[in-house]
Parts: sequence; structure tokens; C-alpha cells
Amino acid sequence: MRWIWIDKFVEFKSGESAVAIKNVTLAEEHLHDHFPGFPVMPETLMIEAMAQTSGILVGQAKNFQEKVILAKVKKAVFYDYVKPGDTIQLEAKIESIAAEAASTSGRIRLGEKLIAEIDLMFSHIDQNLAGKKFPEENFVFTQTFKSLLQGVLVDNAGSGTTKSEQN
Amino acid sequence: MAMSRDQIFGQVQEVLVDALGVDDDEVTPEATLMGDLGAESIDFLDIVFRLEKAFEMKIPREELFPAESLMNSPEFVNNGKLTETGLAELRNKMPYIELGAFANDPDINKLGDLFTVGVIVSYVESKLNAA
Repeated sequence: MRWIWIDKFVEFKSGESAVAIKNVTLAEEHLHDHFPGFPVMPETLMIEAMAQTSGILVGQAKNFQEKVILAKVKKAVFYDYVKPGDTIQLEAKIESIAAEAASTSGRIRLGEKLIAEIDLMFSHIDQNLAGKKFPEENFVFTQTFKSLLQGVLVDNAGSGTTKSEQN
Repeated sequence: MAMSRDQIFGQVQEVLVDALGVDDDEVTPEATLMGDLGAESIDFLDIVFRLEKAFEMKIPREELFPAESLMNSPEFVNNGKLTETGLAELRNKMPYIELGAFANDPDINKLGDLFTVGVIVSYVESKLNAA
């Protein structure tokens, strides 16, 4: 099973942008070590949350036919702490997308406050020019991952239709 | 659309500083992307995307960096070296590239050294002039 690090999507514009949220809780064990008496969300895990938000956005743009792998962290700048009890908002946008790869920009906010700017690059690994072969099944986008889009995307198999359903 | 070569170089320099995390004084026209500036394969795509934005043009990846497609064809590569046909193809695809000593010893391991900052500037220049 794949590891899911965002809670849900609240907005999804196919091929363009997406907004996801993550609730941070003291029940996350690593927060007790990072740091004792001063729990703050590790910045690496903010990158992971943005990678999942942006990665699903990129995957859905090609109907989950590509294996989308994080290839490069182009920029990661952090402006403030995220603490237990916070709900962070992850806003991702596709900057460029081609047959082989995609580049995204992203911002993390806590309410109005800008927490981080994280720009990433993803590779569609079956399109790599070295011609290396990967397993047939899409090990990146499992059903668990796609289920995150329920209620935000009408057809969670990824028909590309969007819907701003709130209920 | 008339940009001088210096202006193009300035923007290319900015793109490479951002894409590769290097200092601007490292980005000289002679610097090789892989050898001197440490570019890896994914960086080439990053550079293409950034150039497209900076110069508002569409860049087919194969056009700027045709090396990989050359290397995967037995017609163009034999025994680790580019064949005559391969060299002709390279000249045809990148008329602005200076093959120099490479033409005498077209070892594919040295192919990367042909891709310098100056080559990108020339590519953009030819593209802008054609527009």
C-alpha cells in the first residue's frame, strides 16, 4: 500500500491546479522527536505533501496513464512553522507539461499566512529516453491514491471532468 | 523580437542559474552543461521548460538536445562512436554547433561536452530569427 500524506482535495481543475489540505496532529509520532517540547512539522514532509498534491494533479492530467515520479525539487523555501492542530492548505499549479515530464509550482498556506513555496519536477518514467522498462501496472497511482479525488472529481478513474461539488 | 546575442545570453544565464543552482559567473559561453555545470537528464527538461517561458517559444525537446535520440539508433552509433551518418545527422539537426575535434573522434561519451551554454544561446538565436 502506498503512503498517503494529504487528507483531501478541496479543489481540482484538471490539467491546471489543485488544492489539498492536511491536518497536522500530535498523534503523528515523529512530532514528538521533531522536536521534544517543540513539535513542528518537518520541512521534508511538507515537500512530500506538496509532491503528492502536485503529483496527483500531474497524473490526472494524463488520466493516470503515466507513472509520475518526483524527479527534482526545483525550489523549497520555508517561511514559518507548522504545528499540531494546524490545517495546512497545499496549492499546486502545473507550469509546463510535456510527454516526458511536468513542472509544477506550489504554495503552502496556513490561513492567509504563506508557509512555503515548493516548485517540483516530475518525470513520466515510461517516456524516459534511455528506453528503460518498468512494470506494466501503474504502481504510482493505486486505487487508494485515486480515492482522494472522490467528490472533487466526478469520475475518480480520471475522466478529466471537474466538478466543484462541496457536499 | 530583435534581441542581441548578449541579451539572449543574459536570459539564458538566468535560466541556468535557476535550473542548476550555479553562480552566474560559472555560466560562461564555453561552460559545458553536464561537465562544468553538473546538469543531469531531468535538468535538460527543466531547462527546456524554463527557456520556453523566458523566450515565449515552443521548444521541441529533440530539437535542442538531440543527443539521446542519436544514441539510441544503431544507424547512428557503432562501437561507441557516431557513424558518418550519425555525424551528418548531428550537423543537420544542430547546424550552429561546432563539432571541432569531436568530428575526428566522435566518441559518444564526449557527446555531452558539445552541449555548452553558447550552443543554447545559438539555438535560441536561430529560433528567434526564424520566427
